[in-house]
Amino acid sequence: MAKEANMLKHMKTGPKVRKSTADRIIDVIIYLVLGLIAVSTVMPFLYVVAGSFATDKELTERAFFIIPRVWSINAYSYAIHNSNILQGLFNSIKLTVGGTAMCMAFSLLFAYPLSKSHLRGRDVIMNLVIVTMLFGGGMIPSYIVYTSYGLLDSYWALILPGVISPFNMIIIKKFFQDLPIELEDAAYVDGATDLQVFYKVALPLSKPVIASISLFYGVGFWNDYFASMIYLRTASKYPIQILLRSIILLSNSVSESAQDYYDMNGAPPDKAVKMACTVIATVPILVIYPFVQKYFTKGVMVGAVKG
Amino acid sequence: MADEKGKREKKRRVTHEGGRRITHVTLQDGTEFSVREIGTLQYMLKHKWLYLMLLPGLVYFIMFKYVPMGGLVIAFKNYSPFRGIWASDWVGFKNFIDFFKTPDFGRLFRNTLGISLLQLALYFPAPIILSLFLNEVYHNTYKRVIQTLVYIPHFVSWVIVASLTFQLFNSQDGVINMLYRAVSGTTFNLLSNPKTFWGLIVGQDIWRETGYGTIIYLAALAGVDQEMYEAARIDGAGRWRLMWHITLPAIKGTVIMMLILRVGGLLNTGYEQIFLMRNDLNVSTAEVFDTYIYTRGIVQGSYSFSSAAGMFKSVIGMILVLTSDRIAKAFGESGIY
Repeated sequence: MAKEANMLKHMKTGPKVRKSTADRIIDVIIYLVLGLIAVSTVMPFLYVVAGSFATDKELTERAFFIIPRVWSINAYSYAIHNSNILQGLFNSIKLTVGGTAMCMAFSLLFAYPLSKSHLRGRDVIMNLVIVTMLFGGGMIPSYIVYTSYGLLDSYWALILPGVISPFNMIIIKKFFQDLPIELEDAAYVDGATDLQVFYKVALPLSKPVIASISLFYGVGFWNDYFASMIYLRTASKYPIQILLRSIILLSNSVSESAQDYYDMNGAPPDKAVKMACTVIATVPILVIYPFVQKYFTKGVMVGAVKG
Repeated sequence: MADEKGKREKKRRVTHEGGRRITHVTLQDGTEFSVREIGTLQYMLKHKWLYLMLLPGLVYFIMFKYVPMGGLVIAFKNYSPFRGIWASDWVGFKNFIDFFKTPDFGRLFRNTLGISLLQLALYFPAPIILSLFLNEVYHNTYKRVIQTLVYIPHFVSWVIVASLTFQLFNSQDGVINMLYRAVSGTTFNLLSNPKTFWGLIVGQDIWRETGYGTIIYLAALAGVDQEMYEAARIDGAGRWRLMWHITLPAIKGTVIMMLILRVGGLLNTGYEQIFLMRNDLNVSTAEVFDTYIYTRGIVQGSYSFSSAAGMFKSVIGMILVLTSDRIAKAFGESGIY
């Protein structure tokens, strides 16, 4: 609260003391440098989006542009008709939605009891969780154990091993702890059980933390490449990231194994098609980004305070 | 509510009887009462829902975190998938000794530490510097636009980062190489060159994470009372002195905390990224512990050997985290654990 008040004050007052010329020059330099940093951050995206709508002819003739002379959607229709990128997109959506829902259910249920200071055994359980942040079985023993659970070639192998991230769980727990206690007390006086208080009082008040943690989990699923590569065996189950990688490396001489060259029909994709595939895999993240941006800074801050 | 209680309460005394706590309270008006702590079984029955809610998570931590930790015994065995974990023969520290003796070991250590230290030197300070710049911006719309833009790359996958890198830098038709050729007549080889691999990785890190990394420092700076700046300015302090005496002390704790995390993760170079950028030509500087464990374990099936390599890495990692945490505490910082 104090932080927000200070931020507001910051916005209203600004610098009151008159600035010298040298100071103003430094200000201009700072603004320019920041602008340059921001532009160079987004430039690769702009270039790839522009290239995906350009013709191959233009891409070979002009080295760099962010507005194509001739607009074309050929690359997109080629990508959609000649690869299983739509299938991959669908798989990724399924994995992300299902995985995020599972993670949120497990994490919220686990964090709520731990947010109660009267809970007996709380310290023991918290230590159990913190140990897993410090030490783990590692890639190979985990692989053997999860395989023995029968998770190989199933989306469960991508969801269950990380269904509660200790870091995210602690952020949620901290949020529950900071909820006003009076509302819960009132519900208890009315005879509500712990479970009823959880879903009727605590959950409706927790929209900000639910939004930001869902984003963290969701982005993790959408972006996952390594776990899919280890656990998935059937090509029709591959998420978009695996397909994108194989498309990008397809005509690239530096590719390391023949495994990357699976089921693309037709000629190796050209430059514009690669760009179109990159855009297809990026757009879903960029579409939800503005809606959750206001929440995630808060989430990161809470995490920073109580990591 | 708490205040009211505080006023009405005159005396509070705690005694113990049979291991249970009894609180005796005397109020202002002379009434007395005692509250007896209920037994654990009674407590658990009363709050059965809380324990039921914990159950799925507990099962998860045991099945998916602690059982694999137990699975580490295969590092001390000659694991055969047909005989299973328990029936395989014990071999003591043989796998560890084999791992230390391979010529790969020195190379892995050098690459992992080389990438980590380069990250520490270049990528760790980047968000701090960017935050200091952003802190000088008083035009709030400008500041917000810049922040929104520089956060974006954090949310895209390593596959997309790798794909953008290929499209920008590959020596046939990468746009940067095309521009470079127009100027100099030659191309440069970044993607399959052992000499540039570490720089390539750290460069990607800086591009992807610098913006997002500022959030935590800007949060610390938001807690600074703006009147301190005003007061110092009236006393004639310039931009540099404000930064030195107000801004930097305000983020010192956060910087140290992030440094602990960084040092603790010195052996975690992030394998997804390295795996995606590694190829046959640059492998001599690109192979790190994690990619090696993946190749030897999952691709080649040397489960016990690679588990030993993984365990070596985790133990060193844990020692690094705990040591740096201790050191931070010794210097009066709050630490993390």
